[in-house]
Amino acid sequence: MSEPLVTLRDVVKRYDDFTAVKRMNLEIGAGEFVAIMGPSGCGKTTTLRMLAGLEAPTEGEVVIDGRVMNDVPVHERDTPLVWQSLALFPFLNARENVEFGLKMRAVAPGARRKKALEWLDRLGIAEFAERNVETLSGGQRQRVALARSLITEPRLLLLDEPLSALDAHLVIRMQGVLTRLQRELGITFVHVTHSQSEAFAMADRVVIMSRGEIAQVGAPRDIYRAPANRFVAEFVGRNNIIAGTVAPVGPGFGLLRVDTPLGPFDVVADDAPRPPGEAAVFVVGADRVEIGREPRPGAVPCTLISEEFIGSVVTLFLEAPDGTELKVQAQERALAALDAGSGGAFHLSWSPQEAHLLPPGA
Amino acid sequence: MSGAGKAAAGLWALRIWAALVFVFVFAPIFFSVIFSFNSARFPTIPLESFTLHWYQTIFADPDVWDAALNSVIVSSCTAVLATALGFCTAYTDYRYRFRGQGAYLALVLLPPTIPLIIMALAMLAWLSKIGASGQIWSIVAAHTVLTAPFAMAVIRLRLNQIDPSLEAAAWNLGASQWRAMRWVILPFARPAIVSALCLTAAVSFDEFAVAWFVSGLNKTVPVLILEIVTGNIDPQVNAIGTLVFGVSITLVALAQILLAARLSRSAA
Repeated sequence: MSEPLVTLRDVVKRYDDFTAVKRMNLEIGAGEFVAIMGPSGCGKTTTLRMLAGLEAPTEGEVVIDGRVMNDVPVHERDTPLVWQSLALFPFLNARENVEFGLKMRAVAPGARRKKALEWLDRLGIAEFAERNVETLSGGQRQRVALARSLITEPRLLLLDEPLSALDAHLVIRMQGVLTRLQRELGITFVHVTHSQSEAFAMADRVVIMSRGEIAQVGAPRDIYRAPANRFVAEFVGRNNIIAGTVAPVGPGFGLLRVDTPLGPFDVVADDAPRPPGEAAVFVVGADRVEIGREPRPGAVPCTLISEEFIGSVVTLFLEAPDGTELKVQAQERALAALDAGSGGAFHLSWSPQEAHLLPPGA
Repeated sequence: MSGAGKAAAGLWALRIWAALVFVFVFAPIFFSVIFSFNSARFPTIPLESFTLHWYQTIFADPDVWDAALNSVIVSSCTAVLATALGFCTAYTDYRYRFRGQGAYLALVLLPPTIPLIIMALAMLAWLSKIGASGQIWSIVAAHTVLTAPFAMAVIRLRLNQIDPSLEAAAWNLGASQWRAMRWVILPFARPAIVSALCLTAAVSFDEFAVAWFVSGLNKTVPVLILEIVTGNIDPQVNAIGTLVFGVSITLVALAQILLAARLSRSAA
């Protein structure tokens, strides 16, 4: 990571008897696209509002560009926020909305008008400059909001779930617009979202929060493949979480054997000391499970409970003999050959390389 | 009768009912307007000939001009003061959560619920105690108290429609609290503010009881009307009444149009 632009140091945010953010430490590099993700109430929006100065941290420091921001009032910061509701000014047209930040900075009318038109053009909505914002479509309004936030050329742009109100196909298009802008401008984006696909599609790094704490920070691929704990494993994608104990005798070759109610499984060992008999939990991505009709050595026999069809990808929910639910995600085309509808037994297996051990106690 | 037929009959019944209500409310005013152009001394049917005599009489009467001037001064000052006060209370209630907010609101909205005669007596007693009765400003003060709740209600309703992020968005874009008020809250509330100005002006222009008690020698138009009718039956009153009605209905209609235009726009 390059020079950090934003540093959160031991930041705590308490409301009366509720702690929204618990001692958070995070560095965000200049030019980085960071997504903060988590379920509702995890503290992600509070964190964003502290960056914008809309909330003051109860403890700790928020440092932006080398300056402690705790006591800097909102309007003296240059940390524009793209609001979930967009918060466009309904009594102004698109251009006047975009000009607002420059007007507050006492830029002359001619200069700010020119700048606003440039930004509207850059976002491909120059033709709507004089239109009432209430008559624009969702995607167009989104672009007005972006232009309004970027016109002051800030080093840091905050985004609070701005895509959540858009139709699915528009979300994909706006993700493209956002990533392209971020690359071109080289400024830091901090994007709060509850949508995994949004976070993973756009961010260089993803911060996952749970109950006011950071559960994991990392590149989307790392988080997807190697969740740091049970919360992340459950929150991110479809994972099979299998718990057991470390077997007395290991297979060697950098593998660890875990005895589970489903039988013994070999997994790639980690660096943690793993005495025999200790609890061990590993995660297998639903898309990493092989499913077949024929029994194979080490495969778990299962019966099909239900399937979820979302287009080209299908998720099967199966039950092992001991009642454990297992998930398999596969291409619809590949599953057609299995004739899932006819009932009967399925056999699931995975290679040790696909099983990811969670750290002890996580 | 079929269901659709019943519904249609119900609709017609409603229409007739509404028409009757309008007749009941507007018939006296309508006849007052008619008689103001009638040459007869007494309001009787059949009508005699058309005349502008009564209008000429009132326009020639300096008392009427004085009263009209007083009414214009009182109602415009009242409108500005009451709307300013109403805006402040509405904004306070919109923006902040504080202990005793319910009591604060109840107190703010109390004046219109007090019987006017009580209000007028209390006003007279209080204003004369502080040596401020019998002046034109006494009426302005009393009318401001009386009409501010209307302004507050109209503006508060408008502030309800604001996106709660709007003001914070202005701060976030570099506006101080005052500038956010100037460039976001005021423009957003403008239709309601103008409509509150019209409404409070209309209420003050028409108000008689309080004005009669506290006005002293500075008569407003409604007070003058009473003085004319207590003396004798004089069709001048119809002429004045017609003009007063014209002013009030214009103000109220203006307020309604502004509010309705704003509502339909936010609904679209």
